[in-house]
Amino acid sequence: MHTTTDRPIRCLIAKVGLDGHDRGAHVIARAFRDAGFEVVYSGLHRSPEEIVRAAIQEDVDVLGISILSGAHDTLVPDVIEGLREAGAFADTLVLVGGIVPPEDERRLKDLGVAEVFGPGTPTDETVAFVREHVRERV
Amino acid sequence: MSDRGMADEEAEGMTDEEADPSAVVDALLAGDERTLARVISRIENRAEGVRPVLARLSRHAGEAAVIGITGAPGAGKSTLVDGLVDAYRDRDLTVGVLAIDPSSPYSGGAVLGDRIRMHRDGDAGVFVRSMSARGRLGGLSRAAAEAVTVLDAAGFDVVLIETVGAGQNEVDVVRAADTVAVLVQPESGDDVQLLKAGVLEIADVFVVNKADLEGAGRTVARLEEMRRVRKRAGSSSGIDSGDRHDDAWTPPIVETVATTGTGVADLIDALDSHREHLLATDDLATTTRSRHAATIRALLRADLEALLETTLERQGGIDDLVRRVEAGETDPYAAVESVVAPIEDCLDDR
Ligand SMILES: Nc1nc2c(ncn2[C@@H]2O[C@H](COP(=O)(O)OP(=O)(O)O)[C@@H](O)[C@H]2O)c(=O)[nH]1
Ligand SMILES: [Mg+2]
Repeated sequence: MHTTTDRPIRCLIAKVGLDGHDRGAHVIARAFRDAGFEVVYSGLHRSPEEIVRAAIQEDVDVLGISILSGAHDTLVPDVIEGLREAGAFADTLVLVGGIVPPEDERRLKDLGVAEVFGPGTPTDETVAFVREHVRERV
Repeated sequence: MSDRGMADEEAEGMTDEEADPSAVVDALLAGDERTLARVISRIENRAEGVRPVLARLSRHAGEAAVIGITGAPGAGKSTLVDGLVDAYRDRDLTVGVLAIDPSSPYSGGAVLGDRIRMHRDGDAGVFVRSMSARGRLGGLSRAAAEAVTVLDAAGFDVVLIETVGAGQNEVDVVRAADTVAVLVQPESGDDVQLLKAGVLEIADVFVVNKADLEGAGRTVARLEEMRRVRKRAGSSSGIDSGDRHDDAWTPPIVETVATTGTGVADLIDALDSHREHLLATDDLATTTRSRHAATIRALLRADLEALLETTLERQGGIDDLVRRVEAGETDPYAAVESVVAPIEDCLDDR
């Protein structure tokens, strides 16, 4: 789908919620960089609203939300709702990384999350998914 | 995000090429964040069709105080920018931030560091954008300058450019700023390198950040010494006398602790003083003029290069010329003459 010029894919890796573990976020950020993507990292403890504003201001193609536990219940839906309200949802590929129970995964996908990557997913797989599904743009 | 209509329209598949420049400009001037973000992307992507937008926007620019923050990695630039944003917001000023990472790893990808915090949720008065070199350092300074113009036109009172100060390319980036603050951390070895790279010359304000650490006093003393040496060198090299000298700006040295916000108010005072100095002395007009000149030259070069390519293609392309040189039918000099001749004819006709 990514048919445009030499424009790199821009990504925001976001940490929402209270946990201070960002190893997973850093691993995926480096993998994306090595794949030639441009990566902006949100820093820790960001609110859904901050994430939405960052995704819009940075004009990213991909928003990867890294969560440790529990946070997906409310925070991820809030982010998606915010993107929709701003008219940015259609242009943004939203991914979730972390531990998400299967029934919740289905719910997140219904909301508009493109894919959920559990811990231990090979980074190649995530990179390939992004390449294949990133929204077309000029 | 005042204009949802525009955002939705674009989301519905309106391409950037199709976007009417006036509509884009109107949305941007009305404060639509997505439009602003998109225009900066188009600058970065060197998208066709962004030029008419920039042309219109450049007429709305010129009001913002543009401030460059540079220094070695880890000196505390991002932390300080954070503090400055807060302090400016307290003063009811809106702030656009351009965080530029000129490092360009071989893969072409980049991790653009942590985004600075946006302390106030939903505060429309702050816009933060990260930019990388994309493997073309030369183009970075132009893209940065254009992004500054766009933020300026969008109405931000202050535009902060954060960039690593390490060499010529970074110095070029920071030329888009009217006022440059150079961060130095207490004697760490970093400052030596930094000053070597010629960053000293571009400093309008010195900031000794991490003033809570040992050795801050020594660093201040060292900077004072360098400043003295520079001043002496400056006054003995010129033939000019008194009056220009009275006007000369002496970069103040400000100590800050970015992590606590200590000294940030002093820094803002120093930045304000420099701006007042620029306005009072015509220096601002001078830098603005030279910036316009640089823009005109850059655009000219880009356009002429494109024209040249077209001419070259029309005459069979470079490969054909090379083949003819190889075959002994012509030589590189004659080949260039034949390519350029039609252009020269056109010029003579005028
Ligand atoms: N002790 C101390 N640490 C600071 C100060 N300012 C920044 N830091 C720390 O220095 C590190 C680098 O800061 P950062 O703002 O990312 O530097 P940058 O690379 O120049 O943008 C971080 O761990 C900051 O918390 C300061 O004034 N005092
Ligand atoms: Mg930084």
